[in-house]
Amino acid sequence: MNFFLETLIGGLLAGTMYSLVAIGFVLIYKASGVFNFAQGAMLLFAALNCVSLQEAGLPFPAAVLASVSIMIVLALAIERAVLRPLVGRSQITLFMATLGLSFIIEGLAQGLMGAEVRALDLGIEDVPITIGDIMVSQFDLFAAATAGILVLVLALLFNKTRIGVSLRAVADDTRAALSIGINLNRIWQIVWAVAGIVGLVAGLLWGARQGVQFALSLVVLKALPVLIIGGFTSIGGAIAGGLIVGAAENLAEVYAGPLLGGGITPWFAYFLALAFLYVRPAGLFGERAIERV
Amino acid sequence: MSSQSQPLSPSFSRPFEHALLEVAARPFPWGPGALLVVAFGLLPWLADDYWLNAILIPFLVLSLAGLGLNLLTGYTGQTSVGSAGFMAVGAFATYAFLLRVPALPLPLALLAGGAIAAGAGFVFGIPSKRIKGFYLMVTTLAAQFFLEWVFTKFPWFYNHASSGTISAPRLEVFGHDISGPGGRYVLTLSVVALLTWIAHNLVRGQVGRNWTAIRDMDTAAAVIGIEVDRYKRLAFAVSSFYLGIAGALWTFAYLGTASASSFDINRSFQILFIIIIGGMGSIAGNFIGAAFISLLPLFLSQAGQALLGSSVDPGQIQNLQKIIFGALIIAFLIKEPEGLARMLRRFAARLAVWPLRF
Amino acid sequence: MRNILKRTVLAATLAAALMGTAPVTQAATNEQFIPLPTYRVGPYASSGIPWWAGVIDYLRYINEVEGGVDGVKLVWKECETEWSTDRIVECYERYKKGYNGAPTAFFFTHSTPASYALMDKGVADRIPLVDPAGGRTESTDGSVFPYAFPLLLNYYSQASVGINYIAQKEGGFEKLKGKKIVTVFHDSAYGRETQAPMELLAKKYGFENIQIPVADPGNEQSAQWRQVRQIKPDWVFLRTWGVSTPVGIKTAARFGIPVDRLIGDVWAGSEADVLPAGAAAKGYQALAPFPGGADFEIHRRLRKFILDAGKSDLKDPKFFGSVYYNIGLINAAMAVEALRTGHRKFGNRPLNGEEGGWAFEHLDISDARLKEIGFFGLLQKLKLSCNEHEGGGAARVQQWDGKKWVLVTDWVQADRKALRPLIDAKAAAYAREKNIKPRDCS
Repeated sequence: MNFFLETLIGGLLAGTMYSLVAIGFVLIYKASGVFNFAQGAMLLFAALNCVSLQEAGLPFPAAVLASVSIMIVLALAIERAVLRPLVGRSQITLFMATLGLSFIIEGLAQGLMGAEVRALDLGIEDVPITIGDIMVSQFDLFAAATAGILVLVLALLFNKTRIGVSLRAVADDTRAALSIGINLNRIWQIVWAVAGIVGLVAGLLWGARQGVQFALSLVVLKALPVLIIGGFTSIGGAIAGGLIVGAAENLAEVYAGPLLGGGITPWFAYFLALAFLYVRPAGLFGERAIERV
Repeated sequence: MSSQSQPLSPSFSRPFEHALLEVAARPFPWGPGALLVVAFGLLPWLADDYWLNAILIPFLVLSLAGLGLNLLTGYTGQTSVGSAGFMAVGAFATYAFLLRVPALPLPLALLAGGAIAAGAGFVFGIPSKRIKGFYLMVTTLAAQFFLEWVFTKFPWFYNHASSGTISAPRLEVFGHDISGPGGRYVLTLSVVALLTWIAHNLVRGQVGRNWTAIRDMDTAAAVIGIEVDRYKRLAFAVSSFYLGIAGALWTFAYLGTASASSFDINRSFQILFIIIIGGMGSIAGNFIGAAFISLLPLFLSQAGQALLGSSVDPGQIQNLQKIIFGALIIAFLIKEPEGLARMLRRFAARLAVWPLRF
Repeated sequence: MRNILKRTVLAATLAAALMGTAPVTQAATNEQFIPLPTYRVGPYASSGIPWWAGVIDYLRYINEVEGGVDGVKLVWKECETEWSTDRIVECYERYKKGYNGAPTAFFFTHSTPASYALMDKGVADRIPLVDPAGGRTESTDGSVFPYAFPLLLNYYSQASVGINYIAQKEGGFEKLKGKKIVTVFHDSAYGRETQAPMELLAKKYGFENIQIPVADPGNEQSAQWRQVRQIKPDWVFLRTWGVSTPVGIKTAARFGIPVDRLIGDVWAGSEADVLPAGAAAKGYQALAPFPGGADFEIHRRLRKFILDAGKSDLKDPKFFGSVYYNIGLINAAMAVEALRTGHRKFGNRPLNGEEGGWAFEHLDISDARLKEIGFFGLLQKLKLSCNEHEGGGAARVQQWDGKKWVLVTDWVQADRKALRPLIDAKAAAYAREKNIKPRDCS
């Protein structure tokens, strides 16, 4: 039983790491209807920036601040060069544009900052602590706490500020928002910048765990099922989805994995997502679209 | 009323009849005909082994894969990022037939492999009944990862080879050995030409029209009486049939060997790029897109070396190439959403009136 | 804009067509061509960059300091492959006939999947395919695979060296009885390749053999290591690749598995594997047929003639002497020694693929020769023959001290006698499947 509990808790904590990546997607999808495949590349770019600046001699907080500003510049550039010319196009077109974008960002990141693996030390020992009989990773706790703080900050941003209110207006009804004079381009810039910063946080946490390197951009694939389960439009959903995927994946690998020959994690999350889709086609917290002819 | 039209079986024979009539009425297609003459008659003699092996064969196979995806995405409007998974099904199924039913000739084994892939596509197309848009895309992603896992996990599929790879047991058609570059090229070309012709007729017929109706708006298609679910599943099956045969050709005619990782998610993206760049909903576009995508990296690395010499780190040229590639995709989406096919058509139209532009 | 785009595309297509069709043929020169399928970008770039720097630095050293191999100058061309099999095949096709009249004598695939993909083509074109510490294990049997060379240490030998080292640590083979040895492996052809020899060795020595797969890419492994912890293993053999190695080491630490009980395989034992794991990797050991370190004789020479002369391909000198840099050096050195072997038979001239195959098959590098070329301690002595295409079968073991790799053993020899029947059986099965009549090697 303890083993089950430990697996469950470990899985839930691992799930928050997925949620962190998923939140970046949700932000952009909510505001601009773009499924941003380049989120993984942005994550890599942000973390690489931060590590390179640190290597160049900047202290960690300064490196983070500098990376934040770089992500803001990147967001402005993306909005101007990619999103604005594609306004009004189908979602699939926008998705494919982000595929192209991910090529550009990956090329830039590696071209400017090199492809070697960089170590990133956030100063948190990744040693387990035991609570009762259950072993919990300190780092996972830290990551979960970070995710919690991030969600809190985002909630404040969206509910208490003017920007947040206009953003929700855009998400609810783009045309109505435009008609009352909300600057759509500005909203997109802000959202992409915020998503970039979320990417930075996720990139740093994932980077601390696996080293800052190209493979960071692959964590995107882990975030997709999380999105499906939680819905593309809800940050709460991203968190819930992450927890569900993390827990289910760990339990499945431990209990069902041996029966199936192991290594089932890459597709298990997707099948879980499919099962959810069948029951709730717009995710747990997503909004159901009504189609008109 | 009854004398006007009396179809033998209402669902099948009518489109077929139409197609026949259309073929009879159509003028001879000189353009594709000439291309075929060049491709069959001249290229095997003109091109050297390098061109056949490393450029023409993969180009043809990728075109076929693009065609498969285009039927699903470009014509029926169901985005898929699991194309490579279905290619893997075709490859491994064909291998299984060749290995375990030695009496089966290669063309039939290819056909059977394609049929198995079509079955897999049908199964993974079932969710399309309830799931749409992005959410459906995830179904295809699930198919991608699941199929990759199946073909690494169960040794039966690769004949218990310790490395998990399959290789062509024999390549002969009716007693002729075709394992040389020329033979493999002609095999690929014949399959691709035949399947392209079939696809061309398919999309012009009733099936294709129903597909485009679903693509343009499936609710509206349902309202006018098209069996949307059935045609979506059909699109998945036909598309996977094409992809499966492309996968088998990739394995047996191009590389000579494959493992599940030859058909990973990046291959799926590559095929998606082919149809974006070439043109969605266009048959010729697949060939143009495939040519573009297989020649561009070669061209860029050659150009990079020629222009910049050895003074620039070759790694940087690669990064630059990646950036150019991404930028081109975005540029196409912005400037020419219908792809190179459309661009060339317009170019030809303008050329036809040149120099009298007005 | 539209016009510019159109013109660029058109010009590009035309230029590509022109470049492709114009075959470059010039009079044969006294040059040996070496194709290099590299990966300087993409997921494995962090290994590729120092690797090719090592290769190129050694080739430059041979050309500029020693005046070529017996007077034959070396020329090389890179193709970027991102370690993708079809692009390696494309590179092979592009350069199998040589370049500018300089012939190709061998092709280093540097990728197990590519070694498999090229297997038939290598025989048909008579180009030896060399893949040190990788490749297709059964191609060790040169009578069935005349043109494939899994040099140095094939996958079966890697498993065996791992077990022999564990026995050494435990104090004898009899102590292995009843021990639990877990193999955590990258769930791919590469990862599964040691399952058969492990099974055989487990039977022979009576240890418990547990295999746990990690799916690609392996950036989240808590489920796997929770299982490992549950098993309470005596030793863990880590057979991962790429990002799955540092994540594996870190996750092991998270689950309280002592790091000095982890033994990494060849491809899980470089700086790129341990640096990201930080403090968790201190004390981690790995098999090293390619040891790390910059204090070998060859490094002294390279530093003097290449590095300090500003001719190195390394952008960042801190990688000088890193494991991947040394892999490059060792591979290049074996290639050069093979060319010398060939020159003794065919004369001092560029060799073609068939002659290259003969040369590799008769490669014999003694300790004395290793001292001469400055590789003693870095490369094991090698002796190949017609039906023995591995040649070495040993590795040293190195341990990460938090800053650098420290060699903790001399060469540990694999139990090749015990494994050879397995290899022969697989080679024979291949020969049957492909209708190959094995050469007479006696």
